[in-house]
Amino acid sequence: MAFLTLSNLSVCYGNVEVLHGINLSVEEGEIVTILGSNGAGKSTTLLTISGLLSPRSGNIFFNGKDLTAMPSHEIVGLGIAQSPEGRRVFSTLTVLNNLRLGAYSVTNRQKSQKTIEWIYELFPRLYERRNQLAGTLSGGEQQMLAIGRALMAEPRLLLLDEPSLGLAPLLVSSIFSTIRAVNKKGVTVLLVEQNANAALKLAKRGYVLETGRVVLEDTAERLLSNPSVREAYLGG
Amino acid sequence: MEQFLQQLLNGIAVGGIYALVALGYTMVYGVLKLINFAHGDLFTIGAYLGLTLLVSAGIAGALPLFAAILLVFIMVALFVALIGFLLERTAYRPLRSAGRLSAVVSALGASIFFQNAIMLIYEPRVYVFPDFLRPTFTISLFGFTFPGIRLFIVGVSILLMLLLWAFIQKTRVGTAIQAVAIDQDAARLVGINVNKIISLVFLIGPGLGGIAGLMVGLYYGQIDFTMGWGYGLKAFIAAILGGIGNIPGAMLGGFLLGIIEALAAGYISMAWKDAIAFFVLIVILIVRPTGILGERTAEKL
Ligand SMILES: Nc1ncnc2c1ncn2[C@@H]1O[C@H](COP(=O)(O)OP(=O)(O)O)[C@@H](O)[C@H]1O
Ligand SMILES: [Mg+2]
Repeated sequence: MAFLTLSNLSVCYGNVEVLHGINLSVEEGEIVTILGSNGAGKSTTLLTISGLLSPRSGNIFFNGKDLTAMPSHEIVGLGIAQSPEGRRVFSTLTVLNNLRLGAYSVTNRQKSQKTIEWIYELFPRLYERRNQLAGTLSGGEQQMLAIGRALMAEPRLLLLDEPSLGLAPLLVSSIFSTIRAVNKKGVTVLLVEQNANAALKLAKRGYVLETGRVVLEDTAERLLSNPSVREAYLGG
Repeated sequence: MEQFLQQLLNGIAVGGIYALVALGYTMVYGVLKLINFAHGDLFTIGAYLGLTLLVSAGIAGALPLFAAILLVFIMVALFVALIGFLLERTAYRPLRSAGRLSAVVSALGASIFFQNAIMLIYEPRVYVFPDFLRPTFTISLFGFTFPGIRLFIVGVSILLMLLLWAFIQKTRVGTAIQAVAIDQDAARLVGINVNKIISLVFLIGPGLGGIAGLMVGLYYGQIDFTMGWGYGLKAFIAAILGGIGNIPGAMLGGFLLGIIEALAAGYISMAWKDAIAFFVLIVILIVRPTGILGERTAEKL
């Protein structure tokens, strides 16, 4: 079984089913991307992996363990961290406290101190603003903070939900090269993106989600040259 | 001048009591967006339990007065905290996903339950704290003589608030309480066990509220089973005044309300002090609908 496996996963909001039996897997060390237009179910997928939503049916396995009925804090403890859609930083806490909270599940304080230093290297802006309230940061800085906060958990699998949303192009490419650097350190990445072009250049494999179903699954290379993908997500 | 200082100190003492109770409302509101209507009754339980421990259980006779009072403060805090914990488990947690109105009804039901339980256990009459329990010493400061009990109450409430403040600001778990109040799902995503934090808040708030109840008994010398209603309402107003959900706001609101009331009672009219306090609340809410330090809108209630 793969590092992360979703098998036949169905998820509802109330009585409305929005994921209809999804199968998806991620191998250790990979960057895998999920593409799909607005409302396809990408965020729902990531929230279900993190345990914020519980599936109606199907299973999630991570590293041989069944996450399906596990509370979210235990899932973080197993090594899955998420930078959620819309950043969701703790706006009235300082940057430093946001980062510290990211390490809430980590018991080794000395190691966390090292991780903070690494995150400050990745995002020097966060170091400059460490004593500022997170709500006063620009959108791009908040995105860095959301990613940094997730990395503080020392995850083995990092879930990123639209990290480039609303950012200036220069910042987007900087965020993407950071994701590559994080992956080089051995962190497996599952990346949800609207920016399909950049995501496919970064990822090894990709899934295309349409109205709650996986309609296509292939290597990033082949998806990049796939005519229907090009038309739907890469602007022709 | 003398009268002004005495009124001011009285206002700070009563305000400290309001603030301790208000903290329970505001912290619960922060993490659950729920007004714990039973909070005033937990405060009453603190007063009754304190009297029972001091007098009937004989702790006041067995120890020097100060040691006895401190010990009973701690015991009351622990016991009322436990009741708060059980209250959340039984009356609120099962309804967590059932919508806000169900939780409000459950809170009102819990309040009636506690009030009746106290009435049945203790009989529906006024209880008097015997005089020997109420420290009669005085303290001279700046050429004025103040009742020691007043200073004692001010000192204890300020000390408790400083401890709470340090805990919330400086510790990992305290920061997690803030995180849960800001964004519960984001808190889950960083690995915080939100249920544990909610339980903790239901230990801290009622613990402080129980101590405040005992303070009222020591300060005024008498208690009755409906006292939680009046004090609960005042403390709730204090929490709104400061900005519901905001911890320093509850402290500020409590002291402000206590001082306004005391000065109004001393200089305008004893009978109108509550009306004046409400008037101030209304004026502040017109000028600042979110309360003095609040960011959230009061409509969210
Ligand atoms: N909290 C919610 N309550 C009800 N429906 C929701 C909620 N969040 C998302 N949905 C619906 O679920 C579907 C999938 O949404 P989402 O996973 O956010 O899509 P994506 O992230 O791909 O844009 C959409 O139809 C959306 O309207
Ligand atoms: Mg989304």
